[in-house]
Amino acid sequence: MNALAALQLALRALRRNKTRAMLTTLGVIIGVAAVIAMVAIGNGAQQRIAAQLASMGTNSLVIRAGSVTRGGVRTGAGTTTTLTLADAGAIAELPDVVALAPTLRTAAQVRYRGTNWGTAIEGVTPDHVVAHSWPLAAGTFITERQLKAAAHVCVLGQTVARELFGLNNPVGETIVIKGLACRVIGVLTEKGATAWGSDQDDTVLAPLTTVQRKLMGVTHIERIEVVTSGRDASDRVMEAVKRLLRARHRLSTGQDDDFRIYNRAELAQTSEESARVFTWLLGSIASVSLLVGGIGIMNIMLVSVTERTREIGIRMALGARQSDILWQFLLEALVLSAVGGVLGVFLGLGGAAAVARFSQLPVSVTPVSILVAFLFAGLVGVFFGLHPARKAARLRPIEALRYE
Amino acid sequence: MADEPLIEIRALHKDYGLDGVRIQALRGIDLSVGRGEFIAIMGPSGSGKSTLMHILGCLDLADTGTYLLRGRDVSRMNGDELAALRNREIGFVFQNFNLLPRTSALENVETPLIYAGVDRQERHRRAREALQRMELGDRLRHLPNQLSGGQQQRVAIARALVTRPSLLLADEPTGNVDTNTSAEIMSVLASLNRDAGLTIVLITHEPEVAAQARRRLFLRDGRLEAHP
Repeated sequence: MNALAALQLALRALRRNKTRAMLTTLGVIIGVAAVIAMVAIGNGAQQRIAAQLASMGTNSLVIRAGSVTRGGVRTGAGTTTTLTLADAGAIAELPDVVALAPTLRTAAQVRYRGTNWGTAIEGVTPDHVVAHSWPLAAGTFITERQLKAAAHVCVLGQTVARELFGLNNPVGETIVIKGLACRVIGVLTEKGATAWGSDQDDTVLAPLTTVQRKLMGVTHIERIEVVTSGRDASDRVMEAVKRLLRARHRLSTGQDDDFRIYNRAELAQTSEESARVFTWLLGSIASVSLLVGGIGIMNIMLVSVTERTREIGIRMALGARQSDILWQFLLEALVLSAVGGVLGVFLGLGGAAAVARFSQLPVSVTPVSILVAFLFAGLVGVFFGLHPARKAARLRPIEALRYE
Repeated sequence: MADEPLIEIRALHKDYGLDGVRIQALRGIDLSVGRGEFIAIMGPSGSGKSTLMHILGCLDLADTGTYLLRGRDVSRMNGDELAALRNREIGFVFQNFNLLPRTSALENVETPLIYAGVDRQERHRRAREALQRMELGDRLRHLPNQLSGGQQQRVAIARALVTRPSLLLADEPTGNVDTNTSAEIMSVLASLNRDAGLTIVLITHEPEVAAQARRRLFLRDGRLEAHP
C-alpha cells in the first residue's frame, strides 16, 4: 500500500466520524494555541525587559570612587577624591572600550525667573548621550569645546524642563544654578523612572568641568560609565581597568582599591534569565494542555480500534499486512494532530493578538514558537497514536473477524 | 504445473484451547483440490468447518501437517507473506458478508486492490468491472445498508474476485439470506465455476446448497469423509 492510499483511508475513516474527529482535534487546537499565546506573552515580556536593559546600557561597567581608611576610620563609598578626569582619559584608551562617561553629581536649587526647583546637577562629558543611549528632544548637547572652556551651559531633563518652563521651550533661556547663570542649550527625551523608582528625568546636565570648578570647587569625579564592545568584553575590560587604576593611583599590593567597579551585564543577565524562566513557565503550563489533547487522541483512537476490530479483521482477510493497519491508524492520529496543530497556530495567533489589543501586555510571536508548537503537536500524534495503532496491527485475523 | 493440484493438504492437525479445555478441531485432514473444482464441505456445527476454512484461507496456521497452496508451503510463511497470499490467491465470501460499514460498494471492492498496490485509476476501473459482472453496475455508490442481502453478498463476491484469485472460499454464503436469494447466490457461484473455471471451496450445512457443488466432502469429528 502506498502512502497516498494510506492517507486516503485515514481521511475516509475520519470523515465517517466528523463530530468525534473535530472534538478530538479541539484538544490539540487548544493545546497548540495555548502554547503559542503563552510563549508570545513570555517573549513579549522578555523583549520589553531587554529593551529596558538596552536603555540602561547593558554592555557597561560603572566605576565609582571607593572608600579609604584614614586612621582606622573607613569612609563610605564614593568619598575618595582620587578618581579624576585623567583616569577616565586613560581608561578610554583601553581596548574594547566603546564609550566613556565620567560624571560628578551634586544637588542644587535651580531658578528660572520666579520659579525654582531642587534637582540633581550632573557634570558630564559630550559622550554622555552615547553611553546612556539617551537622545535629545530639542537643542544640542554639550560639546568638547564647552567642556574644555567650562562653559556656562546646561541640558535639562524632561522633569526639570516641565517644572521650570511648563509648556514653553527652554532652549536659549538662562537658568541660575547655585548663583551661576547657565544657558539652556538642549532638552533630553523622556527616559522615565528606573527599576528602583527614581526619576531619571529629574536632572540637569552641565559640562563636567563647569560642575567641578564653578559649582563644587573640586578636581575629582564620582563615577565613570564605561560602555564596552560587548558583554563578553566587559569582564576583560573590568580587569584591565582595575590594573590601570591601581597603577595610576599608586596602590601597593595589599592595599585596598580606592574605587569600585560594577558590571551591569550581570544585572542584565539576571533580569533576562528571570524573563526566560517566565517564558518557560508559561510554555510548560500550556504544554500540559497539549499533552491532555494528546491523551484525548489516544483515548479516541483506542475506542476506534475496539469499535473497528471487525473492520480490521476484514481488511486483514483482504490482504492488509500488519504494517498497513498500523499506518492507517497512525495516520488517523497524525491527521488529527496535524489539523489541530494548524488550526491551533491560527487560534494562538488570534489569541496573542487579542491579548496585545485588550491588555497592556507586550506580545511577540516568533516563527520558532510556531514551528515548535506544531512539531510538538505532531509528536503528540505519533506518541499517542502509536499505541492504539500497534494494538490494531497486532490483532489476530480470525479473532478480529469473529469480534462482535 | 498444469496437473499440480491447487491445494495439497496432508495430515493436518489443529487444536485450540477454549476456557482451559483443549479442543481437537482437526485430527488429520488430507485434501487435494484441483484447479477448476467446486467442492462443498459439509458438517454439523462444531465439526471444525470454520477452523478448516481459516486454515485454507491462510487466516490461521495448522499445528502440524502440510498445506501446499500452488506448491508453496504455507506453514513456513510469515505474517506479511500470508497477507500477500490472502490478497492475491484467495477470495473470501462470508456468511455475514463482512462488507466494510459506511463504505460504498465500489470502495469495498477496491479495498483488496489498495493492499495489492494497484493505482487509483486502475483500482476504480477493475472494481467497477467486477461489480458490473455481478450486475451491480447501478449500485456503485450505495452503502451496504442500502443494499439487500443478496446484493450485499454479490458485492462481497465482486470484492473476492477483483484480485483474480485462484481460489474462492465461501463460508456459509447463503446462511444469512432467504431461499430465493440463496438460489441467486448459488447460481452466481455455479456459473463462475462453470464459465470462468474458478476453483471454489464452499462450506455449508445445507444439503440443497451443497448439491450445487461437483464434489461433496463431509467433516465429522475433525476428519474428512467423502459424501455420497
